[in-house]
Amino acid sequence: MSDPAALRLKRRYAAERRFKVLGMAAVLFSGLVLAFLLFSMTANAIGGFKRAELRFELDLTSGVLTVDPAQLRGPDAQDALKGAGLPDVVAFAAARELGDAGAAEVEDGAWREVAARIVRDPVLLAGKFTVSLPASDDLAAALRGDAHKELQPLASRLADEGKLASAFDWGFLSRGDATGPQDVGIWGALKGSILTMAVTLALAFPVGVLAAVYLEEFSGRNRWAEMIEVSINNLAAVPSIIFGLLGLAVFLGLFPNWRSAPLIGGMTLALMTMPVIVISARNALKAVPPSIRDAALAVGASRVQTVFHHVLPLAMPGILTGTIIGMARALGETAPLLMIGMRAFVATPPEGLTSPATVLPVQIFLWSDEIDRGFVERTSAAIIVLLLFLLAMNGLAIYLRNRFEKRW
Amino acid sequence: MKSRLALLTASLCATTLLSACGGAQSGSRDQIRAVGSSTVYPFAKAVADSLAKSNSAIKSPIIESTGTGAGMKLFCAGVGVQFPDIENASRRMKKSEYEDCAKNGVDKIVEIQVGLDGVAFAEAKGGLGLKLTPEDIYKALAANPYGKPNSAKTWKDVNPAFPAEPILVYGPPSTSGTRDALKELILTKGCDADAAMKALKDSDKEQHDKVCTEVRSDGAYVDSGENDNLIVQKLEANPKAVGIFGFSYLEENSDKLMGLTIGGVTPTYASISDFSYPGARPLFIYVKAAHLDAIKGLREFVAEWAKSWGKDGLLAKQGMVVSPDAVQAKSAKTASEFTLLDAADLK
Repeated sequence: MSDPAALRLKRRYAAERRFKVLGMAAVLFSGLVLAFLLFSMTANAIGGFKRAELRFELDLTSGVLTVDPAQLRGPDAQDALKGAGLPDVVAFAAARELGDAGAAEVEDGAWREVAARIVRDPVLLAGKFTVSLPASDDLAAALRGDAHKELQPLASRLADEGKLASAFDWGFLSRGDATGPQDVGIWGALKGSILTMAVTLALAFPVGVLAAVYLEEFSGRNRWAEMIEVSINNLAAVPSIIFGLLGLAVFLGLFPNWRSAPLIGGMTLALMTMPVIVISARNALKAVPPSIRDAALAVGASRVQTVFHHVLPLAMPGILTGTIIGMARALGETAPLLMIGMRAFVATPPEGLTSPATVLPVQIFLWSDEIDRGFVERTSAAIIVLLLFLLAMNGLAIYLRNRFEKRW
Repeated sequence: MKSRLALLTASLCATTLLSACGGAQSGSRDQIRAVGSSTVYPFAKAVADSLAKSNSAIKSPIIESTGTGAGMKLFCAGVGVQFPDIENASRRMKKSEYEDCAKNGVDKIVEIQVGLDGVAFAEAKGGLGLKLTPEDIYKALAANPYGKPNSAKTWKDVNPAFPAEPILVYGPPSTSGTRDALKELILTKGCDADAAMKALKDSDKEQHDKVCTEVRSDGAYVDSGENDNLIVQKLEANPKAVGIFGFSYLEENSDKLMGLTIGGVTPTYASISDFSYPGARPLFIYVKAAHLDAIKGLREFVAEWAKSWGKDGLLAKQGMVVSPDAVQAKSAKTASEFTLLDAADLK
């Protein structure tokens, strides 16, 4: 072997090694970024799923509360308990157990949690039990040690006595938005996201798939089909804010009553998602071998039967992949929703498709703007909820895809 | 497969049908809707929250942060359940906006001043005693005063009448509403004192905003987080530093701090409320009188505002500058009697 050839060979091997190292570096880098993101989010979010609670004993055995049990089952149970003096009883017990300074740091509406517990379990009305009520935002900040120095001695005293602790806050998953970081919850935004996504899927999936089936299987190639194809490809590349403006002009123009409603949000996002579904569905339909169609037609199936009995089921895995991508993008979308009024403070979780709501990414955006430091942790917790929702949605789609998958 | 398709089609039709019937029903609304300023947003939120907590019969109002101008457009679009009931504004309604409103039938508007937003410049007692003007502040704090990189190291570089002490200013971070007020009320004003900048505003608004409102990041201006108490502590420790924060903190710490004059005016309640102090602006809510009886809870919401804007009220705790007593009394009167806004008062 001559020297130049050996040299060339060596160079080729070197190039190969370089490429391998670069590729590995790229994978490693993205892995590290992901790990860093997840790690910092989770580290912050652990605090976000907790809240500072004051624990003390509430003694109702002396019969200080007299409420008609029938009223407790009615819709006005909270008001009945308020009328019977529950707020004062709670405040009094707090003062006795925590001292006046401690009692002043029990969150204002905390008696409502006691009321809810009594409504769930009326036996407590004459019982003695330990309540764990949210501390005020200031005391929570002092417990974390990042503000309100003047409350720090109180916070450490109560923490030493075991009366103040950071406890897992289940309510975070069941409450709506609020002003203070101690009372906020993610359920309002999560429900808004679920409703919005449901509308998006219900509109974009059938329309997208039917459009793809028609274009791919029935329309044939002519100038119109080509024009439509180009338009759909362009539509898929339109920035999302444009769809927001479209939603504002068209949907809110038609239904002005439904500003901030998940229905309008879902319709807007459906416009955005549909082209993605059409494109992926067409590719999936193209990938089905023509022999399948020929076979079906040969045994006498009509064209509609061929498509819906044979071609579409085989294309389903590919269509679902496209749908996941489109829906994941829609779930994380903020910009178009700002235009149609979903950037709002909505304290009550939405009751239906037409009641005002906000969605997870917008909620994260709103909280990240909040002044109180407690919101930093809450924001991270909300991000984790968003990621889990995304994971659940993708998991379902992957499960469906695997069920439909056929090999030949 | 066929049945599944039918199901899909059915669900599609159901959705369209739902939209059709919902569109026809103009119905009622049981939640108050407010739109407008992001500065008022946290305060409106707090009031809404407190209303919903204290009165379980009323659903928590929906507060949307759109910015004052965009909010005005929505608010003025007409009377009816599909239009917002309240506009939160960090400035007064303009005459042109009122005319727009009136054109759409929204001519009965109640204007209520809920408080003030002020940027106070202050230092520890026994400090430098600077007599600032908006131009001085702009020259000292801008990243590129009048388009050139900021080279001022000491106050003397800014204005020969000042002592040769290094510039050190503790102020709000860029996420803060106080920072916005600083940009709008002081920096832009100082910037526009230069004729070339004023001309730039008309030719290239974006560039103008960048030159006029970008704050230097070379250490002379220190972001001090949202905690204004921290700034107060830092000023005490270093009497040669200047602090920027909400006016209420200055008032609260008047034993330790003194306000710096801007253009010869000291920040006081009086000078902020009559706007002779440049760093002051009022915060308003505008209520649609035609909605008062139609929307459940609207009167209660306005009353909740009135309950919250006092000196020891909820809003002061949230960091709002409380209006002087006379203004409060006037606002309280307007809020209880729903006196209509007179268009002749507007500019």
